[in-house]
Amino acid sequence: MPEYVETDQPLDPLMIAEDWMRSGKDVAIATVVETWGSAPRPIGSHLVIDKEGHFEGSVSGGCVEGAVVAEAVDVLEDGTPRMLEFGVADETAWEVGLSCGGRIKVYVERLG
Amino acid sequence: MDPYSLKKLNQCRRERRAVLLLTDLSDGRDRVVVEGDAVAGSLGDAIEKAFRSGRSGSVEVDDRNFFLNVYIPPPRLVMIGAVHISQTLAPIARMAGFDTHIIDPRTAFSSSERFPGVRLDAEWPEEALRQSPLDPYCALAALTHDPKIDDFALKAALEAGCFYVGALGSRKTHGKRVDRLTADGVPQAQLDRIRAPIGLSIGAASPAEIAVAVLAEVIEALRSRGLEQRAGKAA
Repeated sequence: MPEYVETDQPLDPLMIAEDWMRSGKDVAIATVVETWGSAPRPIGSHLVIDKEGHFEGSVSGGCVEGAVVAEAVDVLEDGTPRMLEFGVADETAWEVGLSCGGRIKVYVERLG
Repeated sequence: MDPYSLKKLNQCRRERRAVLLLTDLSDGRDRVVVEGDAVAGSLGDAIEKAFRSGRSGSVEVDDRNFFLNVYIPPPRLVMIGAVHISQTLAPIARMAGFDTHIIDPRTAFSSSERFPGVRLDAEWPEEALRQSPLDPYCALAALTHDPKIDDFALKAALEAGCFYVGALGSRKTHGKRVDRLTADGVPQAQLDRIRAPIGLSIGAASPAEIAVAVLAEVIEALRSRGLEQRAGKAA
């Protein structure tokens, strides 16, 4: 164990995605591409997901990760990228809305 | 995402190079652009702007919607001198999101008891900076007062284009330092980049207060990076 701590995250989602890829796993990458209002995670944030639904990183700090993981499994199946939108105005808001009142757009794609 | 793009992206991030992933959202194709790579047209302008601001976002070019995800290396504060000021400066810089690195060849100063949890090298800057080179996303604060330790590091920081270079010492001390570095071949324009006396002018008296003034000055330099040219003023 190192004696010091660097601020760059040991749990960096893109580094983990590369490790997963090297070990032969199917990997999906979700990225926040747009935000409005008080979105919890900035544009560019990543969540990476494997076929079994394991995930690392975050796109919303916990509010919509479940829904993104579910979509990611479909993306892994058919390979077609999807653009997801979440927010208080969204019809699924009651289930997976952002309690902060913000809105986010998340791009989900398959690695490879 | 193209597996090759992911590998290249992560490789650049490990090497602390500013890098950007350009994704065409209409067909999902992507490619990696390293800062300094030439990209023509309005897409090139958007890429340059993203690197300068460090902000990711979408841009529409020729009816195609591109997403630019920019990855700027985390800023690192390198302190020359395991001194009293560094004992405060290292932890507050960490809290503010900086990687920290302290270099001091004097083993009496460089003890991990004095700097718990901080990366500390009891080496000469010549050796420590060879193993962990400076880059434009580093700030360097020379804090030993000892030319044998500080001077090499200051010169290296100017050559590497560190976004902040500061040196402890009075105006008189700094005058002598400038004379030495000039004799050593450092051009005047480079020497003008050294912030001395170090730290924002807040009347800091104690070592801890000086640490606050230094960190504030480092943050000011970080957040105004690239703004100097636009404002047309020298640093």
